[in-house]
Amino acid sequence: MYQDVILDHYKNPHGRGLRDGDAEVHHVNPTCGDEITLRVRLDGDTIEDVSYEGQGCSISQASASVLNELLVGKELAEARRIQETFLELMQSKGKSEPDDAMEEVLEDAIAFAGVSKYPARVKCALLSWMAWKDATAQALGETAGGKTA
Amino acid sequence: MTQLPGLLDTEAIRKDFPVLDRVVHDGQRLVYLDNAATSQKPRQVLDVLNDYYERSNANVHRGVHVLAEEATALYEGARDKVAAFVNAPSRDEVIFTKNASESLNLVANMLGWADEPYRVDQDTEIVITEMEHHSNIVPWQLLSQRTGAKLKWFGLTEDGRLDLSEIEQIITEKTKVVSFVLVSNILGTVNPVEAIVRRAQDVGALVVIDASQAAPHMTLDVQALQADFVAFTGHKMCGPTGIGVLWGRQELLEDLPPFLGGGEMIETVSMHSSTYAPAPHKFEAGTPPIAQAVGLGAAVDYLTSIGMDNITRHEHALTHYAVGRLLEVPDLRIIGPTTAEERGATISFTLGDIHPHDVGQVLDEQGIAVRVGHHCARPVCLRYGIPATTRASFYLYSTPAEVDALVEGLEHVRNFFG
Repeated sequence: MYQDVILDHYKNPHGRGLRDGDAEVHHVNPTCGDEITLRVRLDGDTIEDVSYEGQGCSISQASASVLNELLVGKELAEARRIQETFLELMQSKGKSEPDDAMEEVLEDAIAFAGVSKYPARVKCALLSWMAWKDATAQALGETAGGKTA
Repeated sequence: MTQLPGLLDTEAIRKDFPVLDRVVHDGQRLVYLDNAATSQKPRQVLDVLNDYYERSNANVHRGVHVLAEEATALYEGARDKVAAFVNAPSRDEVIFTKNASESLNLVANMLGWADEPYRVDQDTEIVITEMEHHSNIVPWQLLSQRTGAKLKWFGLTEDGRLDLSEIEQIITEKTKVVSFVLVSNILGTVNPVEAIVRRAQDVGALVVIDASQAAPHMTLDVQALQADFVAFTGHKMCGPTGIGVLWGRQELLEDLPPFLGGGEMIETVSMHSSTYAPAPHKFEAGTPPIAQAVGLGAAVDYLTSIGMDNITRHEHALTHYAVGRLLEVPDLRIIGPTTAEERGATISFTLGDIHPHDVGQVLDEQGIAVRVGHHCARPVCLRYGIPATTRASFYLYSTPAEVDALVEGLEHVRNFFG
């Protein structure tokens, strides 16, 4: 489960720290106390930055780092495809080996395939991705309809 | 192999527990250190459960056929065994529930519906402590919210003990009930019952003791404790899941109202009203967990045959050894008392900045089962400024070699994430 890629991201996280954003969310994983505060900054349809701060296990921290590496600079449609593919991988319960197409989309995130066998840890891996989805929805809500509370 | 004075003959005892022979993850011998979550079950209990279902299964307290009479005798026989195990003055003071949580909820609801002098209302106070399991917090929060009673609690000292320095301000003339844990499920602390009970009695408050982590490990004498209610669960003391106990003083059980209504708990029923059976049946509505109660009776027999004082001595020796060995691990911080005095065989700790989930996962890869998280005692984690802990907890079959395996496992964890 602890692939070198995961340990590398855990020990040397990409893009950690909070920077300016269009929306901020705070998500927790009540079963283990993992927490993340995540901000999204958009430039039109492009993700300009995803910044985050949090505490938690190596899986949740590494996952946030991979997310930053994969999504920053991407168009929203592409980012959503990556997020959905990652979700599909994490919900696979370790049953199917990821195929080449999936690997191409997910890059480093493919290392989390082994985590999907551990139901208790899937939520750790998904924490930042769910936070990103939520923050992005909020950021788009602001751009579309002006500032909302 | 490490020999410590006071240890039980674990080689013989372990033969009673088939699961301890399990090999996990392709060849790792199971090292089961999650006994505070649930204990393993000896063959003596498994056989009784099986026999009950194969030979005597029937519903209790009704029917005149052989099986119904056997099942009733076995179920009520288990009550006798549990009553003797806790030194209850009367067998009728032992109520079977499904677990300690239900036992504690039952007390809270008895009091919630009671008349004077037990009534809990907006002019009264409820006292608990910061080291309670959620099962001894939430029922009282609910009672407080529903009645308007004020909820107060004792805080904790840096070394994991109750801070009783303001006991007279916390337990006052307004206090109706004081509910606290005898042995903490996260810190391992054994609490000073006498000081709390004396103050509670001075102000006329009822005392409820959560003995879930005590009943499996030490002689439990409800008369010596001088409490009004004592709750515990069967599955942590070699019994099956689905069976718990609430012991209550007889006159209270007579005075206090029932909570759950239904079959078994009545005397007569008309469409307008009903009268209730005497305790304990008044508090056991519906078909009870019969096989589970019988299994608990067998667990009590098993523990008694080993001797509760012998179990306490074994665990004390092991705890002393484990605390010493764990403190040798660099960056390891014990959350709770750092000596074996006035503490049980449950040890929580943090390991540098490594998250407990990672600690637990890497230990599991080596066959070592521990619990990670907040252990249903989140206020304790908040108190000590930590998100979670890793917890190792021992029992009568645990060995010094298993402590050594844990320490080696933790070294491996440190190297892995270092």
